[in-house]
Amino acid sequence: MKKLLLFTALGLSMAVTYAGGYRVSLQGQKALAMGHTGVAVINSSETVFFNPASMVYLDDKLNISAGVSGVFSNIAYQDTETGVSAQSDNPMATPLYLYASYKATDWLSLGLGVYTPYGSEVKYEDDWAGSHLVNNIKLQAIYIQPTVSIKINDMFSVGGGPIYATGSVNFNRNLNRTITDLEGNRSNVTVDATGISSWGWVASTLFTPYEDLHVGFTYRSKIDMNAEGGSATFENVPNSPLAPFKDTSFDAGLPMPAEMTLGASYTFQDKLTVAFDFNRAFWSAYESLDIDFEDPNIPDSKNARNYKNSSSYRFGLQYDASKMFTLRAGYYFDGTPVREGYFAPETPRNDSNNFTAGLTVNVSKSLQIDASFLYSHFKEVDASYDYYYENGIAVPFGGTYKTNAFVPGLGLTYKL
Amino acid sequence: MKNILKYSFALLAVGLVGCEPEFDSPVTDEGFYNSGSANLSNYVAVGNSLTAGYESGALYRTGQENSYPNIMAKQFAHAGGGEFTQPLMNDNLGGLLLNGTPIAPNRFVLAVDANGNPGPVRLEGTPSTDIANKLSGSFNNMGVPGAKSYHLVAQGYGNVAGVPVGAANPYYARFASSESATVIGDAVGQNPTFFSLWIGNNDILSYATSGGSGVDQTGNFDPRTYGPNDITDPNVFAQVYSEQVNLLAREGVKGVLANIPEITSIPYFTTVPTQAIPLDAATAAQLNAQFALYNTQVLPGLAAASVISQEEAAMRMINFSAGQNFPIMTDDDLTNLTQILMGQPFNLPAPIAGLLGQLRQVNADDLIVLTASSVLGTTPDPSNPQGVIGVSIPLSDEFVLAASEQARISAASTAYNATIKALANAKGLAFVDSKSALSRLASGGIAYDGGVLTSQFVTGGGFSLDGVHPSPRGYAYIANLMIQAINSTYSATIPSVHIGNYPTITLTNN
Repeated sequence: MKKLLLFTALGLSMAVTYAGGYRVSLQGQKALAMGHTGVAVINSSETVFFNPASMVYLDDKLNISAGVSGVFSNIAYQDTETGVSAQSDNPMATPLYLYASYKATDWLSLGLGVYTPYGSEVKYEDDWAGSHLVNNIKLQAIYIQPTVSIKINDMFSVGGGPIYATGSVNFNRNLNRTITDLEGNRSNVTVDATGISSWGWVASTLFTPYEDLHVGFTYRSKIDMNAEGGSATFENVPNSPLAPFKDTSFDAGLPMPAEMTLGASYTFQDKLTVAFDFNRAFWSAYESLDIDFEDPNIPDSKNARNYKNSSSYRFGLQYDASKMFTLRAGYYFDGTPVREGYFAPETPRNDSNNFTAGLTVNVSKSLQIDASFLYSHFKEVDASYDYYYENGIAVPFGGTYKTNAFVPGLGLTYKL
Repeated sequence: MKNILKYSFALLAVGLVGCEPEFDSPVTDEGFYNSGSANLSNYVAVGNSLTAGYESGALYRTGQENSYPNIMAKQFAHAGGGEFTQPLMNDNLGGLLLNGTPIAPNRFVLAVDANGNPGPVRLEGTPSTDIANKLSGSFNNMGVPGAKSYHLVAQGYGNVAGVPVGAANPYYARFASSESATVIGDAVGQNPTFFSLWIGNNDILSYATSGGSGVDQTGNFDPRTYGPNDITDPNVFAQVYSEQVNLLAREGVKGVLANIPEITSIPYFTTVPTQAIPLDAATAAQLNAQFALYNTQVLPGLAAASVISQEEAAMRMINFSAGQNFPIMTDDDLTNLTQILMGQPFNLPAPIAGLLGQLRQVNADDLIVLTASSVLGTTPDPSNPQGVIGVSIPLSDEFVLAASEQARISAASTAYNATIKALANAKGLAFVDSKSALSRLASGGIAYDGGVLTSQFVTGGGFSLDGVHPSPRGYAYIANLMIQAINSTYSATIPSVHIGNYPTITLTNN
């Protein structure tokens, strides 16, 4: 078994990324180490995210899990026709989570989750070949989720709660492929909005037909993040009435798509747990990224996305190797929501193969250290974004992309 | 325990930064592109303003960055090309100073006037490029704005002392290796492994842009006697051009030659319509009445007396009608009738005789130059609203390129182009037919990823605001043609550029 885990952990050479679109699937070190499975795994307060209905089955009165990941994602781009190549210079992103569950009674648990399921941080060199589409983007959403879990009977529980989402966006791109000021500096716009908030909800159920088998289902609603009155700042705009770009405010909306997860886990001889999750993300909600500038002289920015719903298939293993160590490994395939011809460099995501591994160290009876590692591998892909227009004429931006991500993560679990 | 984890996390983080994705076949790998039988390690470009990256009436930094040799050199870098240096101007204004005194104006920009109409204007500001400040070192871009073919081999062409008297070139004076240096000598002195040569345009162009005010020097083999607006003798061109090619292509050095475009490809000669004067029926009738006797009596009489030919008499007829009309002009090629008209039997007063002396109407075979657009239809004397240029005041000869003048240009450039093509063939050099390439811009244009590149002034994208020089996008189009020619001649695989990534005209209000 150990050999198998080791093999999985080291066999990274063929691996892929961390989620389609701007979904960041890093909602718990234990689950992530198992291929981000968890809808039917009961092992910590990470269930606040993965399946609130499981919360009520946690043994301890109080469970707290917290963690952070360091996302090192890289994008390489090249165009063999022109010889242009580019490497993203993405800063390390550090998505966080904090979950707490409290067993109020034998049949009722209360919990709270704070996590960051959506986000993106991509930074190219300014004025790179695709700078008319994006120079850099930072997207962040924090979900805060009070949660309740109710045991109906030993076989069946339900859970859920409202979600308060708060987010921010900062996005910079050049106005088009050529416009500059007098000194040749490219004209660009930065849109920035913070404190965007909205509400959603989560509901789930867990079914335990017999002791070692769990089947779970979780649905998390779509949350539309509507930025209103954000600031749009124009730089290096030529001094001309023909280029009427003055700083203004803007409105824009970005959906945090709904997702549902259906999965099962089975534990062999109290030692080895296998888990499988099927996850469906309803990305078709992301039709277009439209930036509506308040200044009527500035044409609104319409950027078709036309995403499709996508699926991911997740497999995880957990092995209680000793009193001290629990080992985990996993794999998931993440289908891209991006259709052909809509491959934009701000989220250059094709299908990915993801390899995970991790372990928990039982420091004491009440304290665990959780570590995980994810390697996301995207196949090299020739792709283009065909819906950028200049003077009404579509100007495709294409080339070859190759991306990957390395995500080490650390967490603490406290039980009382 | 905690510290160990902290440090291992930090170490891991450092290690992962370097794990960038690798393409199966990265374009940055040596050998992905190759230069075939050409060696691109030291590319030297020789030529005139086109090679320098001159555009919108001046040489300035962003224009130089988009010069076709610089665009090519960036692509060459994918196939073994080395550093490419240019004698960059100090600023993006483009004007020149000589010891603090302005000697060349700033660039044109597209400005919007008080009535909301866009048009080219000179950019305001004091330029900072003083040609008395000599640049040190040598430069891969040996494009010298204003240079004619024979200037490249002329000693002293970069002597700053010769600039005020027109004996030297202010641009070359900035970076000539010595006062007696020649452009070609400075180019060859860099031991180029690859060269481009595009020269000869100015040997006809200044004649053309001056409305044919110079002299066709065909038959005169001494260029030292030529004026600035003259047409260079084709034999002189052939001699100096082959000398240059022999020097550059010594010991089998490879290169690319480009021929001379037709002037009718460039917006400077195609923007202002020949029928530029709108008249209503009443005004046309009134004007025709004034010319009635002249048309029906004077001209036929002079022709009958063999003072002028029947053909000239016909050409000199003045007729207006309601709608768009040909302006009147002074044509230096016509017989000067001033004295005759002042004498018997006409006895015309001197001002009228002077007006009619070499008068004709522009015709469909003429080309009116771009700069005429700022004088046609204007009233130079505000106290005389009747004095309208093109209607009652003839347009000066320098604004019109007559069919006869066009024929001289065409004859010379055809001869130059025969020389260029023959040398390219003889030496096995890559050849760019820029004449055909630019005429395609004038007839239908060239499709690219974002539209169609044409020679339409201001809006076509191919040309800058001086109407003569390409825009950066036009230069990128030329760079691609050069690269294609090099690839096919030398079995190279140098990548081309997307011309839509290069700008066209600059918008700015002063």
